[in-house]
Amino acid sequence: MSILLDISHIDMEFPTPKGPFKALSDVSLKIEKGEFVSLIGHSGCGKSTVLNVVAGLYQASKGGVVLNGKEVNAPGPERAVVFQNHSLLPWLTAYENVELAVNQVFGKSKSKAEKKEWIEHNLELVHMDHAINKRPDEISGGMKQRVGIARALAMQPEVLLMDEPFGALDALTRAHMQDSLMEIQAELNNTVIMITHDVDEAVLLSDRIVMMTNGPSATVGEILDINLERPRDRLSLAEDPVYIHLRSEVLKFLYEKQRKIEPISRKKIPPTNNKSAVA
Amino acid sequence: MTTITTLFSKINDSQLGSDRVKSMASELARIIVFPLLGVLVFLLLWSVAAQNINTSLGKFPGPAAVVEQFGSLYDEHVREREKADAFYERQEKRNAARVAKDPDYVSKVRDYTGKETFLDQIVTSLVTVISGFLLAAIIAIPLGIAVGLSRPLNSAVNPIVQIFKPVSPLAWLPLVTMVVSAVYDTPDPAVPKSFLNSMITVTLCCLWPMVINTSVGVASIDSDLVNVSKVLRLPPLTHVRKIVLPASIPMIFTGMRLSFGVAWMVLIAAEMLAQNPGLGKFVWDEFQNGSSDSLSRIMAAVLVIGFIGFLLDRGMLQIQRYVSWDKASADR
Repeated sequence: MSILLDISHIDMEFPTPKGPFKALSDVSLKIEKGEFVSLIGHSGCGKSTVLNVVAGLYQASKGGVVLNGKEVNAPGPERAVVFQNHSLLPWLTAYENVELAVNQVFGKSKSKAEKKEWIEHNLELVHMDHAINKRPDEISGGMKQRVGIARALAMQPEVLLMDEPFGALDALTRAHMQDSLMEIQAELNNTVIMITHDVDEAVLLSDRIVMMTNGPSATVGEILDINLERPRDRLSLAEDPVYIHLRSEVLKFLYEKQRKIEPISRKKIPPTNNKSAVA
Repeated sequence: MTTITTLFSKINDSQLGSDRVKSMASELARIIVFPLLGVLVFLLLWSVAAQNINTSLGKFPGPAAVVEQFGSLYDEHVREREKADAFYERQEKRNAARVAKDPDYVSKVRDYTGKETFLDQIVTSLVTVISGFLLAAIIAIPLGIAVGLSRPLNSAVNPIVQIFKPVSPLAWLPLVTMVVSAVYDTPDPAVPKSFLNSMITVTLCCLWPMVINTSVGVASIDSDLVNVSKVLRLPPLTHVRKIVLPASIPMIFTGMRLSFGVAWMVLIAAEMLAQNPGLGKFVWDEFQNGSSDSLSRIMAAVLVIGFIGFLLDRGMLQIQRYVSWDKASADR
């Protein structure tokens, strides 16, 4: 398979009153078409910064991102983002929220009827066709996130960027959403970069897990290939030895090699400045 | 057995019923009884106080005198209208008669030039305040959006707004008067100068709260929504129309309601000074007139001013409820 997205040697510095703060240092990652990649790491390690650089919302201080042979300099719908807190426009219905994206991306290439069909198709894909005319404040958190995903999918992105998409949901809803996402992924085979805190989520959904070291100057620590058969079922995987092994690999990385230095353990280790602004 | 259960349920029902009656009674008290009580106590205090205040124009008017004035103000209005109708009738007849004598005669139609009644003055005031307010909105909302979107523009405009905001618009009035009479110098003006003076004064006082609130509303849009717009590559105008404007509607309305309230207060004073034939002029003329009825007529005007101010605010609230997606912010 060919490389679709090439993140090459990215440095990211943020100006602060105390001088520049180096959030990322030499982050490199090549992603193939149709691959599902998770970024995992402790909060503040710069996962979101990587995603925002790929999205074009931040400009890397050094290095760059190449998508399909073209450098990424600005945000665009071919790199659709699913934000952590849904970020639907509260004054529009589910349909209208997706419509805004569809009109923008397919304004000229699709007819009115085609657009309507495409919007409804995407809302069906995330099982939100029953609440098409509801506004965000009338539906639950999980449903909002579904509409957010439908909006991103409706842009037909080359890369789907998900910034902790299920982080704000309760555990049961989250599991349900993960299953939905796998189902959609099986159908569409999108290229996805997802940020997560959740080890199980990462192992369950990903083809590769990119584990990041702690900031400042965070970078890619280890990359773990997840060679589990698809479709994956969370119940049967729970006792699968390969799954358990992979899970423990991630846990080891996070809690042994990249142990987050919390103020509680101040006795042993000198404190480092963990800038939460990078989260 | 069944009879016992039905008996119990009956008892329960009757208890429920009495609870409902109680809650209805307390609701009734809250909505009708207590407000009414408040008004009654106020009227009592007012009439007692009025009895004991002697002015050079007689006793301070109590509630009864004011009610009487409402009646006579309305009668004056009806009488004035009859006079006007009679005038137009006479004029028509006279013109018809002259045309009958001489077919070439081009008849002149003159307006009735009787004095404005209290109701006319209310209408004048409303027209003045609404036109001044709308003019301010047309200027302030686009300006506020631009200021909210652009940091450099914000830094540039902010000092000016901060300096002019605390200035009483009445301080502007003499300047406005002079500028209007210099610039708006036509022999046959479409609107009287006094109207323009009052209107522009109202505009000047509405401008600042609207600019500030709009720009704050625009500047504090959720950054995620702005990112959505960036990812979609919305063109600037669509961005304003689809994201910025709806998102800041609640704050824009807060600014509009604030400034409308101030505008109504300022208008009365501006009309006194500019001699715009509205409620302000009515109060001033009555004060200058100094008849024994003057104080009660002014007091009647005070009540009308208050009531209209209240209605204007309610009206804005209704518009906000209709326009804004954020129904909760309209109830605050």
